[in-house]
Amino acid sequence: MNKLFRWLSRLFGNNQSSSATTQEIANTAPLTEQQIQSIVTNQNPRFDLQQLVSACGQSVGKQRDLNEDSLLAITTTMAGNSGNLPFGLYIVADGMGGHQFGEVASNAAIRTVAGYILRKFHPYLFHVKTDTMEESFQEIMQAAVTDAQRAIQREAPGSGTTLTAALVIGQQITVAHVGDSRAYFIYPDGRIEPITRDHSLVKRLEELGHITPDEAANYPHRNVLYRALGQGEILDPDIFTIGFPQPGYLMICSDGLWGVVAEQDLIRSIVDAPNLQRACQNLVSAANTAGGPDNISVVLVQLIG
Amino acid sequence: MVVKQSSANYNLLTRSSALETRIFPELSDDRGDQGSPPPRQLQAGVTLAKRYAIQEVIGIGGMGSVYRARDMHFPSVTKLVAVKEMINSAPDPLVRETIVQNFEREANLLATLQHPSIPRISDYFTVESRSYLVLEFIHGKDLEAIINEANGFLPEDQVLSWAIELCDVLDYLHKHKPDPIIFRDMKPSNVMVNHNGDVILVDFGIAKTFQTGIKGTMIGTEGYSPPEQYRGEATPSADIYAMGATIHHALTRRDPRLEPPFSFSERPIRRINSSVSPDLETVVNTALEYNPESRFGSAADMKHALTAVARKTGALVRSPQTGTIQASGIKPLWSFKCEDEIRGTPTLFQGTLYIGSYDNNLYALGAADGKFQWKYPTDGGIVSRPALFEGNVYIGSEDKRLHVISTRSGKVVWTYFTNGPIRSSPRIAEGHIFIGSDDNHLHAVNLNSGRMAWRFETADPVRSTPFVMNDLVYAGCETGDYYAIDFRGELKWRFRAKRAITSSTVGLGQVLYFSSVDGTLYSLDSRNGWVIWRFRLGKASISTPCVIDDFVFVGAADGFIYAVEAKSSKEIWRFRTEHQVNGSPVVYKDSLYCGSVDGSLYCLEYRTGRLRWKFGTEGAITGTPLVYDDIVYIGSTDHQVYALLA
Repeated sequence: MNKLFRWLSRLFGNNQSSSATTQEIANTAPLTEQQIQSIVTNQNPRFDLQQLVSACGQSVGKQRDLNEDSLLAITTTMAGNSGNLPFGLYIVADGMGGHQFGEVASNAAIRTVAGYILRKFHPYLFHVKTDTMEESFQEIMQAAVTDAQRAIQREAPGSGTTLTAALVIGQQITVAHVGDSRAYFIYPDGRIEPITRDHSLVKRLEELGHITPDEAANYPHRNVLYRALGQGEILDPDIFTIGFPQPGYLMICSDGLWGVVAEQDLIRSIVDAPNLQRACQNLVSAANTAGGPDNISVVLVQLIG
Repeated sequence: MVVKQSSANYNLLTRSSALETRIFPELSDDRGDQGSPPPRQLQAGVTLAKRYAIQEVIGIGGMGSVYRARDMHFPSVTKLVAVKEMINSAPDPLVRETIVQNFEREANLLATLQHPSIPRISDYFTVESRSYLVLEFIHGKDLEAIINEANGFLPEDQVLSWAIELCDVLDYLHKHKPDPIIFRDMKPSNVMVNHNGDVILVDFGIAKTFQTGIKGTMIGTEGYSPPEQYRGEATPSADIYAMGATIHHALTRRDPRLEPPFSFSERPIRRINSSVSPDLETVVNTALEYNPESRFGSAADMKHALTAVARKTGALVRSPQTGTIQASGIKPLWSFKCEDEIRGTPTLFQGTLYIGSYDNNLYALGAADGKFQWKYPTDGGIVSRPALFEGNVYIGSEDKRLHVISTRSGKVVWTYFTNGPIRSSPRIAEGHIFIGSDDNHLHAVNLNSGRMAWRFETADPVRSTPFVMNDLVYAGCETGDYYAIDFRGELKWRFRAKRAITSSTVGLGQVLYFSSVDGTLYSLDSRNGWVIWRFRLGKASISTPCVIDDFVFVGAADGFIYAVEAKSSKEIWRFRTEHQVNGSPVVYKDSLYCGSVDGSLYCLEYRTGRLRWKFGTEGAITGTPLVYDDIVYIGSTDHQVYALLA
């Protein structure tokens, strides 16, 4: 990269000043060779070896005939202007259950959001580009969600879906979230932290203090969402960026998992598993063992290096 | 929208259609294939049903457009109609059928209604995948547009008279025989105000599925709908709540769709718009009660309450704006006068305040009493902030030099020459001083030897203060180029804003924040330069952001101080000063301090942006305050440094 830059500078007539700089370094060099080496070795592992690992699991559950959840997981690296950057896109969408066209909506949401984002990043994934994009991660997410909103209103008007999408670039996760699927951070020491907020009536009533968490667990209208993709004229998704937990896991799942398996069992299923694939199988079977009342979808992601 | 079969008490009979459905197969311009681009709008000049000549689009909804058209059955007069279109592009036949049924329902319902605030329907037909309603054309604007376009708040008596008319039409609908009609979607965008200033309720709901009691079904519009409506209950009381929400929106200009549901009580009307009478606020609050039993018993009751307010405030004399707490009560602990403007920022070290002035001097003053200790003359103006390190103070001057001065003696230790005036402040890290210069270079100077380690050529002057994090040095320059340079002086990555980056960078948790003259506050990933978010400011900014908790604060030339959520880039509050905000905000305890070119130093509650106090100086403030041990220090272009109690 540095070599390329120097070669480019030479090519574009920047020769004089860059050689002057080199010379002055030679004359006055404040850092010894060892100092430079130690700086280089200290920063190399942080920049170059990072990569994403992911696995997913899905099940229709024990009590439904139809799968209305949709799931997407893409894990790769991107040639950026500072080495190979981890690139990942993970989405869970839960078509409004019981609704006639939930599966159409969740599927359209996944296709449209992923399609939009991958088209944006196509030049960076498949060509060497040195400039970063002008648009921000959050603007791309917002536009992708707006696109999906229109697609659902076109393909299945009146229907709706949840959407929890995480775009990982380097160490930053940009999340777009609507509805009551959830994204969690799970730490190896057993802590679990939801990073999304449910757009459900029950959660809102709990936030307002009208019902207690215990009442919430048995609330008759637990499935009513006040915000869903495909519904309403103005959609205001939660979009935010947050650093990847290291060490730790990113988990995205539908309420078929978090609604039936206790947090402690979620953690154990993951931390005790030998690898991510097995962890996902454990999670799905835990939900089915608990009755499997709804479709189950889960994605687990880890950033290593 | 209209309720059809939600709760048992308020069913509407689906009687046989008064309007027949006609099909015109000859106009097949749209097949609505799955995955096709959004369906086209009709062009001006197209004639529908051999009768309605389309003139232009007057509205766009989720399912199609609304057009203004001329009814050609009246060739000698121009009779205008509104043609409301519903494009049925659902690939699934079941979905399509449901949509058509809902559309017919709206048409049938409208045909039975007669009220001055309800548009008359004159025709209904379907052409291939598009269905049309022909309605009375309303010369006017919808209330949402009126709220958005207004300069400031709408007058209370205006809102009041509209609210009374709307309650009247709700009362008419709720008393409909044989079954009450629940509008279910009262909101400003569904209220038209015609050329006479009268309101008309539009959009009785095209093609929305009205299943209730089924998981996930939402009815009404988020933000305006009451809690029970989310559970599928629609009652006259739900319309009353939405009516309250609509008035709340009109009076406060706060769009409830952008706020959490049922949060009106967190935004009391009179706290946002103090000119509203307490009586009107009470009426709105009653309509917005969480429990339906606590609201008005009927739309008629609410109308009576509103009329009473109107009678009382009839000759409305608005109370003058309650003044803010003025500077009068605040006396500086001390002030010190230089010979020219102070544009820079002070630094404090071991009881001494160091500050540069445009009179070319760096001053050392006693922090407690403002007593002069020494001054050090340079040959140019000083506009930056001094840095301190091991008994020496470092400062750049427009005389092109970086000066290093002993804090004890006030005498020079060494100087470092660049080829241009220095307006950047020095940053000391890793045994080096990093400083920008108008000579188009970022300089790295060895702290011990005072000699250049390297310099990095930039596209234009570097006036921002370099920032060091992750073993990289970050700085923006006047073309808008932004560089991340490693400790060997090699470019790691580069970013470009549209205009100059004079603002310095602050970084927190691997994220960099800075603003630009292009009017944007940027958030970048420090490791690779990718843009995480961009926040639009009203105008250019050279103010350096301040990051604390999950807040990013920044000033801009539009006179505002902004508070933005760091994670989501959502605006939390903004505070208007009387002139440009070019200095940077700082947070100390629970207050934010920031100067403005209007001459004042503002102290705001940093979580809400509420003014605590302001202190007026005789000149513009362009520097950044320093707060230490409950004392705020600030320089002003009135030549003075002030020390105030925080």
